[in-house]
Amino acid sequence: MSNIPSELKYASSHEWVRNEGDGTFTVGISEHAQELLGDMVFVELPEVGDAVDAGEDCAVAESVKAASDIYAPISGEIVAINEDLEDAPETVNSDAYGDGWLFRIKASDESELENLLDAEGYAHSIDED
Amino acid sequence: MTSKTVLHAKHLESNAKMVDFHGWEMPINYGSQIEEHNAVRTDAGMFDVSHMTIVDVKGEQAQAFLRKLVANDVAKLTVPGKALYTGMLNEQGGVIDDLIIYFFSDTDYRLVVNSATREKDLAHMAKVSADFAVEVTERPEFAMIAVQGPNAKAKTATLLTTEQQAAVEGMKPFFGVQVGDLFIATTGYTGEDGYEIVVPNEQAADLWQQLLDAGVKPAGLGARDTLRLEAGMNLYGLDMDESVSPLAANMAWTIAWEPEDRDFIGRDVLVQQRAEKSTDKLVGLVLEEKGVLRSGSKVIVDGGEGVITSGTFSPTLGFSVALARVPRSTGETAQVEMRKKLVNVKVVKPSFVRNGKSVL
Repeated sequence: MSNIPSELKYASSHEWVRNEGDGTFTVGISEHAQELLGDMVFVELPEVGDAVDAGEDCAVAESVKAASDIYAPISGEIVAINEDLEDAPETVNSDAYGDGWLFRIKASDESELENLLDAEGYAHSIDED
Repeated sequence: MTSKTVLHAKHLESNAKMVDFHGWEMPINYGSQIEEHNAVRTDAGMFDVSHMTIVDVKGEQAQAFLRKLVANDVAKLTVPGKALYTGMLNEQGGVIDDLIIYFFSDTDYRLVVNSATREKDLAHMAKVSADFAVEVTERPEFAMIAVQGPNAKAKTATLLTTEQQAAVEGMKPFFGVQVGDLFIATTGYTGEDGYEIVVPNEQAADLWQQLLDAGVKPAGLGARDTLRLEAGMNLYGLDMDESVSPLAANMAWTIAWEPEDRDFIGRDVLVQQRAEKSTDKLVGLVLEEKGVLRSGSKVIVDGGEGVITSGTFSPTLGFSVALARVPRSTGETAQVEMRKKLVNVKVVKPSFVRNGKSVL
């Protein structure tokens, strides 16, 4: 069973979301997702300033095995991206919930957070996979 | 129903992630496929290849049988232990399987064929051998471990007997020798130095453990695929199959056209394809920007299109490479359809890395 921190919210498409407390939300992919994908070789991120809608594909995680779309879990504006992944995409494998974060969104509607899963709900959803 | 090799428990001890590989439960990786790949390129790694099928061919007409069965000519083999790579073709000139044949004498050969094609290979050999005084015997009592990498031979030597060390000392590439309980061959599927070792099932786990203790890293099917692709070696079922001519699979060098009166299966079709230059060809593709070429993608070239047969990220090169079957007219560049857009790729010979270094 992979690690699913209880303080985060999750999308069923395997993104995690962390509330930074200032209206912005950091997004990455879960440990379970990185395990499924295997060694990451490229990560394509959105640009700072991009407007994204919840559910929109806005990044790509490409591993030795497959290219996988990353969906924006909530709507808003991209305010930061993890540029370190350009040279070290494997950080997504080694530290999925920390240094392997992908981008940060300034939420346009925080109520969308309620549509996401909590840790228990996400654990349940991957059990059914 | 899935089969397990005798090394199954050893894989689990090393935290392998197991997958179903054509009916065999095999390790895809032991954590990181890329680290395993790099271990083979820079030091020494080992693969459990016990799922592969070992077939011994013995008898008065063993040579005559093999000269009919495969496209290369075993009569070229005169030094005991010498090995030959070739395709076993159907009457239409398609590849039933690719295999390695070790020569011991004109009445004694060992074949190693793929696991995914085991049943049809054995059926085909049984059918063809009916006309020859020959015995074709599968050898499931053996396991096989491939030890590969620049330090593979030195690390393996530490656990061989004096007699075994002497037998393999200075052995040239593509040879094999039976010494004591082990059959040790200088063959492989990675483009590196090393051995493939055939070992009795009951001794395999001990040998695996001794190799681990000697500092050889276990490597899974994931690394095996990126290593062979960098080395430009075909994978049966992807780069060729029964619908593909060896001439369209970079296997022309494995066909012996002389002597002209040797009537191997598929010869007539190949002779015609060769004269008419009617087949596609297998080339290498290189993508130096972001992204990974994947098998099945369409390749657009001047005046036609082809298909990627195998593609991967190359851990040694840091970008993606692929094998592709394309029209013969293909020039030095092509475009590949990737995630709904077209990207430019370079067309090169189908070989990317040898002995740890780029050959691009």
